[in-house]
Amino acid sequence: MEKRVAFNERWLPYLLVSPQILITLVFFFWPSGQAIWQSVLLEDAFGGNSRFVFLDNFTHLLSDKDYYASARLTLVFSALVASVGLGVSLLLAVMADRIIRGATAYKAFLVWPYAVAPAVAGVLWGFLFNPSVGIVAWSLAAIGIEFNYVINGNQALALVVIAAVWNQVSYNFLFFLAGLQAIPKSLIEAAAIDGAGPGRRFWDIVFPLLSPTGFFLLVVNIIYAFFGTFGVVDSLTKGGPAKATEILVFKVYNDGFRGQDLGGSAAQSVILMIVVIALTVVQFRFIERRVHY
Amino acid sequence: MAGVSFKDVRKTYDNKIEVIHGVDMTIADGEFIVIVGPSGCGKSTLLRMVAGLERITGGEISIGERVVNELEPKDRDIAMVFQNYALYPHMTVYENMAYGLKIAKVPKAEIDQRVRDAAKTLELGQLLERRPRQLSGGQRQRVAMGRAIVRKPAVFLFDEPLSNLDAKLRVQMRLEIKRLQRELGVTSIYVTHDQVEAMTLADRLIVMNAGIADQIGTPMDVYDRPASVFVAGFIGSPAMNFLAGRVAEGGRAIELAGQGGARATLALARATTAAAGAAVAVGLRPEHLAPADGGPLELTVELAEPLGADSLLHGRFGESRETVTVRLPGHVRANPGETRRFTVDPGHVHLFDSQTGKRLADA
Ligand SMILES: Nc1ncnc2c1ncn2[C@@H]1O[C@H](COP(=O)(O)OP(=O)(O)OP(=O)(O)O)[C@@H](O)[C@H]1O
Ligand SMILES: [Mg+2]
Repeated sequence: MEKRVAFNERWLPYLLVSPQILITLVFFFWPSGQAIWQSVLLEDAFGGNSRFVFLDNFTHLLSDKDYYASARLTLVFSALVASVGLGVSLLLAVMADRIIRGATAYKAFLVWPYAVAPAVAGVLWGFLFNPSVGIVAWSLAAIGIEFNYVINGNQALALVVIAAVWNQVSYNFLFFLAGLQAIPKSLIEAAAIDGAGPGRRFWDIVFPLLSPTGFFLLVVNIIYAFFGTFGVVDSLTKGGPAKATEILVFKVYNDGFRGQDLGGSAAQSVILMIVVIALTVVQFRFIERRVHY
Repeated sequence: MAGVSFKDVRKTYDNKIEVIHGVDMTIADGEFIVIVGPSGCGKSTLLRMVAGLERITGGEISIGERVVNELEPKDRDIAMVFQNYALYPHMTVYENMAYGLKIAKVPKAEIDQRVRDAAKTLELGQLLERRPRQLSGGQRQRVAMGRAIVRKPAVFLFDEPLSNLDAKLRVQMRLEIKRLQRELGVTSIYVTHDQVEAMTLADRLIVMNAGIADQIGTPMDVYDRPASVFVAGFIGSPAMNFLAGRVAEGGRAIELAGQGGARATLALARATTAAAGAAVAVGLRPEHLAPADGGPLELTVELAEPLGADSLLHGRFGESRETVTVRLPGHVRANPGETRRFTVDPGHVHLFDSQTGKRLADA
């Protein structure tokens, strides 16, 4: 049965939701509208005039090699962030699930990284791996591995992935742990009696029962890798060296605010907007149809 | 096919508290054993030690000729039915039943044969493609049974398998389990706290009390000659009445305490070994008290409960402190404050040591 709250004053409910609506309008719809409008304009390089160019910005973008490179990079980057992030957090969750004593402390420690802002996480990891003063870079040098993310593009990408994953692992961990703890112990015991060893029990029983959680997290992590990692990239590499870490969301910023190509940048954000809307739809669809065993 | 034997089996959990204090017993091949006792007495712990789901911290359990203490559950040749059924929710009924066989690498054709046979026995034929969440409680219970029987184990273990079902279904499934076990002849250990289930299913009962097997015997043994006050009070419904008394007439009769001026003595069928004058607990089952003019026991009625077929009278004998219950056939009306006299057959008087609670031996 649906519960309805009755308001005596007709205007009261509207008043109560108005702050939320106002915030959404000002900080979401207005900028989005601006971006869409900008994406069909060509701004004069020295400011002042702008010209309506219809879809020129988009056609230009779609014939730009750099844009495809960045798109490809973003795919690789989000695949890495999502797979490493999910893999590591699942491993941690499985280990935490076994611990009975001290589990709360362990959980609390693992949750801390989520409280750190992405930009701060970037600074933190940048400092650890700093080629001249970073303790990790220094230790790696001591065992003969030269680590310099400032000049080596692959290492820069690796570092950005590490920092981004570190920041997101706690979130994934909590969901996986909750998912694991929701699996009745007797199922695992029944499988043990049926003759399944630990590995088999995981793949045949735990993994399928955890897959709804896993799918949900996959979407969340891809969205995060696409958009939430801006702070990490900005504080660590600024998209460099030589665009090796210039993922799409960072390219929007670079082209728009550094390159002063407002129209092109706006066109890119419109495309990203479409991507995020698509991902969100997938997620909602999934939550609606969530499998209940 | 195999028997099971326990040798001084003990269990201490991680928190260093011993919960099973040494159980000794030998279960014959094909026997149906029911472990019964109140909540927390260690029934599940004992069963799970047989299954290999809990470590055995003392003593030895053998299945057949093998000591299984260090064996994994899968190597013990057992199957277990859990209270919550523990069906794999993402598998169909068929897959649930076939899972163990698949792991054991039984050929596909044989798996199919065995699953279909079991499904037929349990009337699950129409449900093989369903998932557990699409089944009723009774059907899930059947699937859990099916999963156990397709594996043709040496021993079935049941942990309160019927306690999630409604009363009517419970009776039906109880009969079905009994029939199935008779047909298959597989040694079974069944945990329950329901004494009707215990009495009706068991070849022999283990009555557990706080980690100790207080009595091991056939249901009728346990009912007729309970080994302790605990067993006497636990088996039988309504529960046995206990009265304080003293050994009199050289062990051939009992004088009840608190009967005021009118002394009440109960004759014994056979003399007890307890010393004359020793304090004893006298146990009388509600159904063994018979109305008799001039009987030795005078009941002051406090409450009458009609059950339909029977009636229960609650009250006290004489001026004694203990409340007692009497069960009479048919409809009996009695008003509070009314008195009635009862007698008891000497063969139905149970004597227990008032200190240890153990049954007192006959001479
Ligand atoms: N994992 C555990 N760790 C510590 N103590 C436990 C554990 N499992 C059970 N116990 C204790 O062991 C005793 C016996 O428990 P057990 O589950 O065997 O009881 P039971 O007879 O099956 O009771 P019920 O009828 O409620 O199922 C209880 O006192 C319980 O608190
Ligand atoms: Mg139990």
